[in-house]
Amino acid sequence: MTRSKKAGWVPAGPYTLWAALFILVPLVFVAYYAFTDNSFAFTFDNITRFFTATSVVEGRTVHTYMLIFWRSLKLAVISTVLCLLLGYPLAYAMARAEEKTQKFMMILIMIPMWMNFLIRTYAWMTILQDTGILNSFLSALGLRKVHIIGTEGAVVIGMVYDYLPYMVLPIYSIMAKMDDKLLEAARDLGCNGFGVLRRVIFPLSMPGVLSGITMVLIPSVSTFYISQKLGSGKFFLIGDAIEGQYVANNLHFAAAMAFILMVILMVVMALVKKVTANSVYGGDAL
Amino acid sequence: MKKIIELKNVSKSFDGEPVLKSINLDIYDNEFLTLLGPSGCGKTTTLRIIGGFEHPDEGDVVFMGERINDVPAHKRNVNTVFQKYALFPHLNVFENVAFPLRERKVPKKEIEEKVHEMLSLVMLSGFAHRRVTSLSGGQQQRVAIARALIGHPKVLLLDEPLGALDLKLRKDMQQELKKIQKATGITFIFVTHDQEEALTMSDTIVVMSEGKIQQIGTPVDIYNEPQNAFVADFIGESNILDGVMLEDLLVRFSGHTFRCVDKGFAPKEAVDVVVRPEDVDIVPEDQGMLKGVVTSVTFMGVHYEIIVDIGGFKWMIQTTDFADVGDHIGLSIDPDAIHIMKKSEYSGLYGDYSSFSNELDELSQPDEESEDEG
Repeated sequence: MTRSKKAGWVPAGPYTLWAALFILVPLVFVAYYAFTDNSFAFTFDNITRFFTATSVVEGRTVHTYMLIFWRSLKLAVISTVLCLLLGYPLAYAMARAEEKTQKFMMILIMIPMWMNFLIRTYAWMTILQDTGILNSFLSALGLRKVHIIGTEGAVVIGMVYDYLPYMVLPIYSIMAKMDDKLLEAARDLGCNGFGVLRRVIFPLSMPGVLSGITMVLIPSVSTFYISQKLGSGKFFLIGDAIEGQYVANNLHFAAAMAFILMVILMVVMALVKKVTANSVYGGDAL
Repeated sequence: MKKIIELKNVSKSFDGEPVLKSINLDIYDNEFLTLLGPSGCGKTTTLRIIGGFEHPDEGDVVFMGERINDVPAHKRNVNTVFQKYALFPHLNVFENVAFPLRERKVPKKEIEEKVHEMLSLVMLSGFAHRRVTSLSGGQQQRVAIARALIGHPKVLLLDEPLGALDLKLRKDMQQELKKIQKATGITFIFVTHDQEEALTMSDTIVVMSEGKIQQIGTPVDIYNEPQNAFVADFIGESNILDGVMLEDLLVRFSGHTFRCVDKGFAPKEAVDVVVRPEDVDIVPEDQGMLKGVVTSVTFMGVHYEIIVDIGGFKWMIQTTDFADVGDHIGLSIDPDAIHIMKKSEYSGLYGDYSSFSNELDELSQPDEESEDEG
């Protein structure tokens, strides 16, 4: 036992080193910056600033960063829910399709990911603008123009578009591995199509749903740039705030915001995991 | 006896490859019926058609007098025990067994009672809250049976349910399944490639090969009165010889004329003659109806398995008398040990032990028919 354990370290060595250098050390740095001031003296100021800083918006005094944080969380949750609603049936259809169709659909999902993120966002700008492709299309059909650009809706569209593959792929990979015999057994035991979905496919695909939620929620909470371009800069998100502070060379406060965001996301994900584990597996799985 | 399921001229192909060729089969209430045959013979497809997982290209499936071709699986009063059990891994033992009752919105208290009743029937009381993934193969098997029986189906379909169990456990489960079938009075349709299993458990055996039914009968019928060379070879061991029916009760094969108990053949009709290895007596060479040289002897525990070369045809004989390799021996065969069959497409394919080896036979058994071609 001891021998194989020791031997295991040899191939794991480079990864351990990698993890330490590029994951652990940066995290320590973020925490260190978050709890120090410009002269690197220990302080809670950055943290308290996040929770207490106020500004006046439309005549009302608000907690600036809390407002930004809640807005980010709201848009991220909406985007995640939309990704789940769109992605789950897509993943299901893919997993049930013939092998050729599966491969083709997979390519369709992957292709946009090969394109630069900025280009994709700009593309959405040209689509959603008041004089953009969407509105030209609508007026050509004799329909009323819609104003989307610069709204929260536009930001959500951008996020859903960007993060949908991260929802589809983990759910698809779980569903593709699912044993057909289980679905047959469910039908055999009296389930109609919907019953099979509700009582067997959905609970068994839960691990995929969970990792999909994780992979969409986390980047979309901390997203930036999409909000600047598609939200016309009106919807400052926490990612934008961190970027702004960083660009303004305010590293300690930027680190503090990143640190708080990380802690909150860890708590949220732990809760999501616990709730789904309880409701789906009766509490003793995962 | 009441017919519960009728298959009428049922045919099925996959990708243009015919799997079932116009099957006709009546299944009666309360019987333990076994579909027996090598892999690819169509037995599992037949079962899946009854379960509603496949639809026949042609022909009708009739359930208690009603055509059910278009009735989906979940509306059929038939349940299945799947080959690898197909238990739901996200549910514990209790919830797996309760699964069909929950679908029917049975009251909680009743579910509780019925599940515990079922678990005690399959001797798994006390396992209710275990995870199914933590159970042994035999225990999972019992859960699968309980889950399939709890809804009191008219018919239980079992798709090689004992295939994954070790020999000892398989024997026990055979007895137990038979007991459960008697206790519940439910019709069991059992699929297997294991002829011994079929012989021990069944009321009726349906022998299948190449998408066709070869013979339907009781285990004793099938063993003693095989219809053709395929059945004779697939069920037990058989020496199958070319013969000529001289007249009623008189047959000539291996250069000797034997008295037999079969009649009703045309004069001089060419026939297949089956002699079971255990029905041959070894006698001194000068007293034998047939004479030959022993070419191999295998000790099998209860008996010896002896291969004897008689004029170039190798016979298998199972005997408690010892003979050594190279011995010249005589064989004596009683009239009722000889079974005459009409010639069929399988004539000449089976029944000569020239290329026989125990090892090969076992190796080929799980998924291929044992072809002892001469």
